[in-house]
Amino acid sequence: MSEHPSPLHEQFVDMEQQRETAEIGMWVFLLTEIMFFGGLFCCYTYYRFQWPEAYAAASHYSELWLGATNTAVLLCSSLSMAIAVHSAKHGDQKTLVRYLWITWLLGAAFIGVKAIEYTHHFEEHLFPGPNFLFNYPHPEQTEMFFYLYFAMTATHALHMIIGLGVVAWLAILPKRGRFSPEYYNPVEITGLYWHFVDIVWLFLFPLLYLVSNK
Amino acid sequence: MTTRNDLYKIFGILFILLIATVAVSWVDLGEFNFVIAMAIAITKALLVVLFFMEVKYSGQTTKLIAAAAVLWLILLLLGTIMDIATRHPEVMPLG
Repeated sequence: MSEHPSPLHEQFVDMEQQRETAEIGMWVFLLTEIMFFGGLFCCYTYYRFQWPEAYAAASHYSELWLGATNTAVLLCSSLSMAIAVHSAKHGDQKTLVRYLWITWLLGAAFIGVKAIEYTHHFEEHLFPGPNFLFNYPHPEQTEMFFYLYFAMTATHALHMIIGLGVVAWLAILPKRGRFSPEYYNPVEITGLYWHFVDIVWLFLFPLLYLVSNK
Repeated sequence: MTTRNDLYKIFGILFILLIATVAVSWVDLGEFNFVIAMAIAITKALLVVLFFMEVKYSGQTTKLIAAAAVLWLILLLLGTIMDIATRHPEVMPLG
């Protein structure tokens, strides 16, 4: 056993084939994720067509500025993740680790803001269930909006938390000299995952926060 | 390959689009508010996919999978919308 085993696994012809296989594998996984989130978006579309007034009324309770802040935070985290992948590709280990931690902190900030929003919703009795309270027209239809709001944002937040775990793991690994310009597949495919989760939010933001500001 | 300079430029455009989407939401344009919000979201997603996820520089297989994902989503949403839009509530009540 050598101390630094070759990063090329025996089933691959060369490093490029190995890299491309990892990339394609990640994209296939993301495709299943799009199908998964697609179901939620489809459900959202159906009820939005049915009860546009209830959606408009409910969206007054989503906090636009917190949502916009979180969108900005996620865009920044995607930039820092892209820089991290770029650094890994060029063998700049120090920049890679620094930007992975920046990405991690921005992701954690997103979860923090989301937690503040959730707290407000619970205090305002907007969580669906026996304690749901909405003293305006269409309370039942509005409750449906909040079912979808919580299902979609909580699923997204779960993806963020998984992403935070993976990014932290990557930030610790390079110290052991694991990544090189020839082998940085884990960084690259984690980047793909991170950007995907960002894209989901880019759609959740207008759908949940910008229904009606009138 | 996306250069680091490109990454900053794309980020700048994404940020301007975010400000635009919030700004437009304050103006009452009726149905067009939703259309514009979605158009901006799709543009942002496209920029992220092409440059941050580097699909622009990826191989044919990756491009095919990404396109298949979008096609799937369009079929799912279009099928649902067509169903709702073509029902006659007096004959067949919704939901």
